[in-house]
Amino acid sequence: MSSSPLFCVEMALGRPPDFPQKPGPVLVLERLSQMSRLAAVTPASRLEIRPAPEMVPIGIQELNSLTGGLPRGCLTEICGPTSSGRTSVLLAALAVATRRQEVCVLVDASDAFDPGSADAAGVDFERLLWVRCGGAEFGPRTSAVSRQPSAFRSQSSHFGLDPQPPRSEVRDPMSALEQALRVTDLLLQSGGFGMVAIDLGDVPFRVARRIPLTSWFRFQRAVEHTPTVLLAITPAPCAQSCAALSLKLWSSAVDRQSSGKLSAIGSQTPVSSHTHLFEGLKVEGEILRSRLERKPQQSVRAGFRTKTVRAG
Amino acid sequence: MPAFACIFVPDFPVEALLRVEPELRSQAVVVLEGKAPLEKVLTANEKARRAGVEVGMTKLQVEACSELALRARSPLQETAAHAALLDCAQAFSPRVEDAGCDTIILDLAGMESLFGPLPKIARDVSQRASDLGLETNVAVAANPDTALIAARGFSGVTVIADGKEAEQLGSLPVEVLFFDADLDRVRILETLSRWGIRNLRALATLPEIALSERLGQEGVRLQQLARGVTFRTLVPVEPPLVFEEAVELEHPLVLLEPLAFLLARMLEQLCGRLSARALATQEIRLQLELENGSHTKTFHRTLRLPVPLLDEKIFLKLLQLDLKAHPPGAPIIKIQLSAEPARPRAAQNGLFLPPSPEPEKLELTLARIAGIVGENKVGAVQMMDTHRPQTFQMQRFMPENSQPQTSTAKAESFPHSAAHLQSKDGAVTALRIIRPSLFAIVNIRDGVPARITCPKRKHIDGEILWSAGPWRSSGDWWEHEGWARDEWDIAVQQESGIALYRLVRDLLSGRWFLEGSYD
Repeated sequence: MSSSPLFCVEMALGRPPDFPQKPGPVLVLERLSQMSRLAAVTPASRLEIRPAPEMVPIGIQELNSLTGGLPRGCLTEICGPTSSGRTSVLLAALAVATRRQEVCVLVDASDAFDPGSADAAGVDFERLLWVRCGGAEFGPRTSAVSRQPSAFRSQSSHFGLDPQPPRSEVRDPMSALEQALRVTDLLLQSGGFGMVAIDLGDVPFRVARRIPLTSWFRFQRAVEHTPTVLLAITPAPCAQSCAALSLKLWSSAVDRQSSGKLSAIGSQTPVSSHTHLFEGLKVEGEILRSRLERKPQQSVRAGFRTKTVRAG
Repeated sequence: MPAFACIFVPDFPVEALLRVEPELRSQAVVVLEGKAPLEKVLTANEKARRAGVEVGMTKLQVEACSELALRARSPLQETAAHAALLDCAQAFSPRVEDAGCDTIILDLAGMESLFGPLPKIARDVSQRASDLGLETNVAVAANPDTALIAARGFSGVTVIADGKEAEQLGSLPVEVLFFDADLDRVRILETLSRWGIRNLRALATLPEIALSERLGQEGVRLQQLARGVTFRTLVPVEPPLVFEEAVELEHPLVLLEPLAFLLARMLEQLCGRLSARALATQEIRLQLELENGSHTKTFHRTLRLPVPLLDEKIFLKLLQLDLKAHPPGAPIIKIQLSAEPARPRAAQNGLFLPPSPEPEKLELTLARIAGIVGENKVGAVQMMDTHRPQTFQMQRFMPENSQPQTSTAKAESFPHSAAHLQSKDGAVTALRIIRPSLFAIVNIRDGVPARITCPKRKHIDGEILWSAGPWRSSGDWWEHEGWARDEWDIAVQQESGIALYRLVRDLLSGRWFLEGSYD
């Protein structure tokens, strides 16, 4: 009897224990429910456990094994320097999401999205909304089209390679970032998207780190309990504890050898006597932070290779 | 059993104005007609009549009365009100007779099974007209003329029972039969007045042959109308599907905020009319007449929607955002708003379909985003069928209309696209484009780029650690806009590590550009 939880409770309340007429957990529960001080106490067995978020594949087998995928209703941050493979991962994730017929958005803070790469990665453009930040505010009068050289004005809706860079082109990373944050706010409030990706990859870290933590928190709260995957590409970790999953990428092959020369970055066999082509990146990833229950299978690191596709 | 309903709008010119200015409904309103300074009272509402206003008074006489709202007659608003009346009638019956600008007659035969008993239909018609901003009299009877007389004579909703027409119409004054200013009829009315015939009951009890001898066939017809025993075939009209509202302003509007109030009312009326015809709209056209010195100029804006919608709040917000981005630029003196009717969207979402944004919300969000980043900077990408790098087009984002396209089909439709080159396993190396391309100064050593300096990006300056290429391509040489280029992939040391860039040499100009970075 001394081991009974009822005994412990009554001793704690300072009353002498009554010996039970019928033993067993039934009596214990009955007696507990009669005590007003304990009525408001929720048994530990009935505590609500936050359900694990649904994971969707990233589109790269090695990263899927490492992270289990991208969590829905959470903020995932992928960070790394230039040429670390962040955008390749982003395109792979967008391709998988659009193939699932989900409507996705790319908020492009530095207007760096390459439709050719996305096309090669298999992104369905009809299901991808591309928001190009970094232009002039209230753009119709000063849009990129009107700033194009006269040779391009005849085909005003086409955006071709511009051999003559416009002299008046001024990009303010802060205003572009503000635009990106405002646009992301609007999109998350609108809801219904399968994936919302914020590409801050080219935003200098000194600017990106000035994003208030409240903004990240607001984004995270906006997607909570929704099926939206919120993915942020940053030069270095910015979202801190607001990110449910934080992944750091770097390119392992882009490194100097001890001899002072670069190791081969996947260069192809020379086509002619002097020509060799860039074949792809060798990317490694590491989990910086994960609030998900799932533990990595083997290690917190994984590596994969990208393949360069050339058209034209 | 035949049944007809008549919708009559008393003081129609006043009601047409009150549709746009409903706050005047509690005031005495007078509508004037004519050229200044010879304006005369065309009509007035009940409160104005009680204040002593009569039809035909001059503006000077009317201005002596205090607290009167004087408005000029607006043919545009009367046309819109008449169209709204027709839409209201069409909501209940396909057979509708246009008996005048203020009178509509409906054939209700067989409608009881759809809408309930006749009194309920009459109440619903009145309510629907009220929703469209018109206070009406509605009468239901077994023949169209009796319904018309009852609607003109009794205010509110009236149901004339079959066989009791003469009894129920008896109390109405004989003037109710003389709604048009025909000289013969005026003569007959004077004669009846001399005889002491004041109401329809007295007219109905007159001996028919003696009446015929004195007043002719017109007199007999008037008596039959008073007895409610006439019958004629309805002359149905097919009202055109034109949904247009217009307001002429007495004082020019210079701010967008008061314009939004007016637009809200007009959109409410438009949506009510569309709803009455079970329609939605996919295109809203706004036409503003602007004051430009002694002349006027017209300002057009068109709002095209991806799917048919019927939500005045969404339309208003979209118009506000559009006008904010494209302000009219001069005071507004006339507003015209029209909607292109379309069948409402009928879509049923499946349980297992992936999430997608609601079209109404998405359209509003896209308009807001366009206000932030610019119109041409939000949308979906459309690849062009060309080998020229970085050639694409921004198009309107409409995920509702998109069908999943297989990569095979995509490759067939765009043979020059890179879709058919995509690798099945692993990720594709992505390029981050620098827009516009950065001019670069490149030193060549042994035919290979050896050093790079970007005047606009100070951190891209130094020895090229590694390079691959060139990848030579050219195209459109048979046209004026020919292009030819060599692509090099280079590695440059930076603070954060080694970065890979795509360097392009324009073979036509011989200049070097940094096109993007591999990431």
